[in-house]
Amino acid sequence: MAHAYTPGLRVTGRTTLLKTRRLPLPGEVMVQVGAKVSADTVVARTELPGNVRTVNVANVLGLPAADVPSAMIVKVGEMVTDGQIVAQSKSFFGMFKSEAKANTTGMLESVSEITGQITLREAPIPVEVDAYIEGTVIEVMPREGVVVEASGAFIQGIFGVGGETAGRLKRVVSSPEEGLSDDKLPADCSGLILVGGSQVNRQTIMKAKERGARGIVIGGIDAEELRLLLGYDLGVAITGNETIGITVIVTEGFGRLTMAKKTFDLLGSMDGQVTSINGATQIRAGVQRPEILVPMTTVSADHVEADFAGGLDIGSSIRVIREPYFGHLGIVTELPPELRALETESHARVLKVKFADGKEAVVPRANVEMIEG
Amino acid sequence: MTNETHSARIPTEVQSVLATDCGSTTTKAILIEKKNGEYRLTVRGEAPTTVEAPFEDVTRGVLNAIREVEELAGRQILDGETIITPQEGNRGVDIYLSTSSAGGGLQMMVTGAVKAMSAESAERAALGAGAIVMDVLAANDGRLPHERIQRIRHLRPDMVLLSGGTDGGDKIKVAEMAELIAAADPKARLGTQYKLPVIYAGNKEAQSIVKERIGDRTDLEMVDNLRPTLESENLRPARDAIHHLFMEHVMAHAPGYNKLVTWTPVPVMPTPGAVGLMIETIAKEEDIDVLGVDIGGATTDVFSVFSKIFNRTVSANLGMSYSVSNVLAEAGIDNVMRWVPFQMDPGDLRNRIKNKMIRPTTIPQTLEELQVEQAISREALRLALIQHKSLAVGLKGVQQERTISDTFSQTASGETLVNMETLALVVGSGGVLSHAPRRVQSAIMMIDAFLPEFDTQLAVDSIFMMPQLGVMSTKYPHAANEVFKKDCLIRLGTCIAPVGRAKDGEACVTVTVNHAGGAPDKREVTFGQMLLMTLDAGQQAPVTLEPTKNFDVGAGKGKSRTFEAVGGVVGLIIDARGRRPFELPTDEATRVRKLTEWNKALSVYPGA
Repeated sequence: MAHAYTPGLRVTGRTTLLKTRRLPLPGEVMVQVGAKVSADTVVARTELPGNVRTVNVANVLGLPAADVPSAMIVKVGEMVTDGQIVAQSKSFFGMFKSEAKANTTGMLESVSEITGQITLREAPIPVEVDAYIEGTVIEVMPREGVVVEASGAFIQGIFGVGGETAGRLKRVVSSPEEGLSDDKLPADCSGLILVGGSQVNRQTIMKAKERGARGIVIGGIDAEELRLLLGYDLGVAITGNETIGITVIVTEGFGRLTMAKKTFDLLGSMDGQVTSINGATQIRAGVQRPEILVPMTTVSADHVEADFAGGLDIGSSIRVIREPYFGHLGIVTELPPELRALETESHARVLKVKFADGKEAVVPRANVEMIEG
Repeated sequence: MTNETHSARIPTEVQSVLATDCGSTTTKAILIEKKNGEYRLTVRGEAPTTVEAPFEDVTRGVLNAIREVEELAGRQILDGETIITPQEGNRGVDIYLSTSSAGGGLQMMVTGAVKAMSAESAERAALGAGAIVMDVLAANDGRLPHERIQRIRHLRPDMVLLSGGTDGGDKIKVAEMAELIAAADPKARLGTQYKLPVIYAGNKEAQSIVKERIGDRTDLEMVDNLRPTLESENLRPARDAIHHLFMEHVMAHAPGYNKLVTWTPVPVMPTPGAVGLMIETIAKEEDIDVLGVDIGGATTDVFSVFSKIFNRTVSANLGMSYSVSNVLAEAGIDNVMRWVPFQMDPGDLRNRIKNKMIRPTTIPQTLEELQVEQAISREALRLALIQHKSLAVGLKGVQQERTISDTFSQTASGETLVNMETLALVVGSGGVLSHAPRRVQSAIMMIDAFLPEFDTQLAVDSIFMMPQLGVMSTKYPHAANEVFKKDCLIRLGTCIAPVGRAKDGEACVTVTVNHAGGAPDKREVTFGQMLLMTLDAGQQAPVTLEPTKNFDVGAGKGKSRTFEAVGGVVGLIIDARGRRPFELPTDEATRVRKLTEWNKALSVYPGA
């Protein structure tokens, strides 16, 4: 194979950040092209159709379904309130009346003469979309949303929990090997996104949240700690909707894992910057990795780096992403084309890597990812 | 693309076929060539499926896999990024075909009037077509109408199959479900610009009601009722409609698929639908009960043919990469740990499993890593069979159609059709089974997970090519069948498992293999023992089983039996660990000792 395809995570100091902010349904865009926005600026809003409730009027009134339309005293399109009588039937000489009442407040949407059922639609649910990052609106998609542009740093994590949030970046450990523990937390974490080193446990995460932190960026977390934090064992890596009150982004993986030095140094160099993060991860079709965006309005667009996308070659910087060299960084020194036998007796395409400490090892190509050198 | 343009480009005779299967993790390409009058697999290539950034285009992985085929075959197939067709000399291929389960596969929601009847039939139709069924809604499913509406809105399926009522029967429940769909006004998962495809396969007389309710909000297609009478099931028209809409809608909106579908004149098939076709073929040709399993990265499919009835289920969240963590969540740490043949910290196991989940394309480099993966696979397979058993059940009736050409009688009535006693052949497919470094590893994984009884043949898809052969069989059945028998299906041998229990070390069964022209090979096997006896691939031999009084080998407790055993690359595996119940030691030291002993007896791992 001439070109090995090896997915890598982006860790870039300066790039163009483009964020498309789209409504789930058409609505109203609140800003114009050229507008300067901050992370919490509402850029578009809409209303989702309200929830639907049904009342089986035929059953309530004891009528054939076909007679329901004539028993209705509210017309389709009219508003009703919870408990309001919507249909009546008259019995013998009109002496006894049966009544059917609305079970919610909303609009009468339909009356079925087949099922005898009516549907009531509740009030629309307002939805607002904010800018998420500080920047400039460069495109307006009428009724749909906007594209916000900024220059700045872009770092992808490997896994995260919790959704979009923004705050000021604060690195609270001095080396990437160091864990983030309670004693490293500032007394007041209000509005902060804390950067730790190799590992964090759930108590520290919860304590950070209690002190006002909005997010944590960390090298690793134990799977068991994550289970206890969420209250359930995560089966499939589809996250972002957790309601733990803080967003956690893991840059390397599960266990105690030293944060990649480049990531650690880059985050450290931006201490105090307003940063947008999103823990949402989806490792399926249309893969989504968690992200850290640090817009820097002073950086000019001339410094934009080329996009990182390419193949593995001799000299490429890589990180091993599976045992027995998990987390080791190195440089590719050989790319033998033929399949090689592994300890498992499987045959796989491999590469030779020289680690930072000078030692060399052979690892399957499938077990490395490229990093920007 | 219309069917006309498809068929116009399909040659009737082919010398070479290039076929790919785009899995959720890996894209596999095979090259089949006609040489000396027979079709054979010549080379195979693979590359990671490219749904992830930076490419986000499935055709990149397809091209990478084809380039590997080019290198290994030493012939040019691509002209830039175009597949050269037809073959000219040593350049190009006559036809290109593909199956796909990438993009999360085909995700469907099905509805019916009655949960145990039309809704269950609809679920079987969707599963048979290769879909993942996200939810089954029925008028009697115990949910309130608004809860059902919320569910429909939340799920965003690729497609909905609406059924209900026998022909001329209930219209009201059908209308009720159609009204729920109308109220929910669901959006398709991929792309908000197009209408959600809905297939109606219920009471014919309710078609106009359904059309009136949802005709303008959805892309509605009407097909014959899948449950025309209470006693019969007619799943084929619904299955065909699902395949058609899969191409037209879902594939067209997944990353890169709009390009892929233009490369092949034959509709891209959902992978499980293609594998199901091959399993049905084996059962029909050999007239036996078959269980097939395809364990992938995201999902595990189980196919079965018992008493000539085909069933397929998919366990959407049981798999070896994307879903690996869910196997742990569903099985529990103890159930996974019980198959690990060395001492290990449970926290370490959890971390390794989660790391595989977030980096799904990595492979085991060390023996311990391989053993951990194979431990997890046993639990994924076990759980998938439990799910299959609960859906592969009989109709309350006497007659049903499961394929367009065959009508079979059926006597079961709501009981599971899966019967380990009559099961004659287990076929395993998917990376962890097809690519196990030693074939005996595949055999023991399937035995541990499925616990076959009496005598059961075992086979694996040699290099995971059943999907490609399945789609190929729709146009070139002869060629597909030839390759399937000669290059795809690897016979592992036969598992002999007496049913019963005793104390460790007590006599269980005497096995005599009567090799043609040789001395009989007679072994006494004790309870708790695993033993491997030789019977090579391509060989058959009469085997006599003489169980002790507590054990049944297929003729009743304590009764002897002779049968014709089929050999294979592994041989005969005598599994005297007991059945009903099958139990593993619970304390760690004994468990590790026993697992090590069994692995050694069967030469499962190097150095064992």
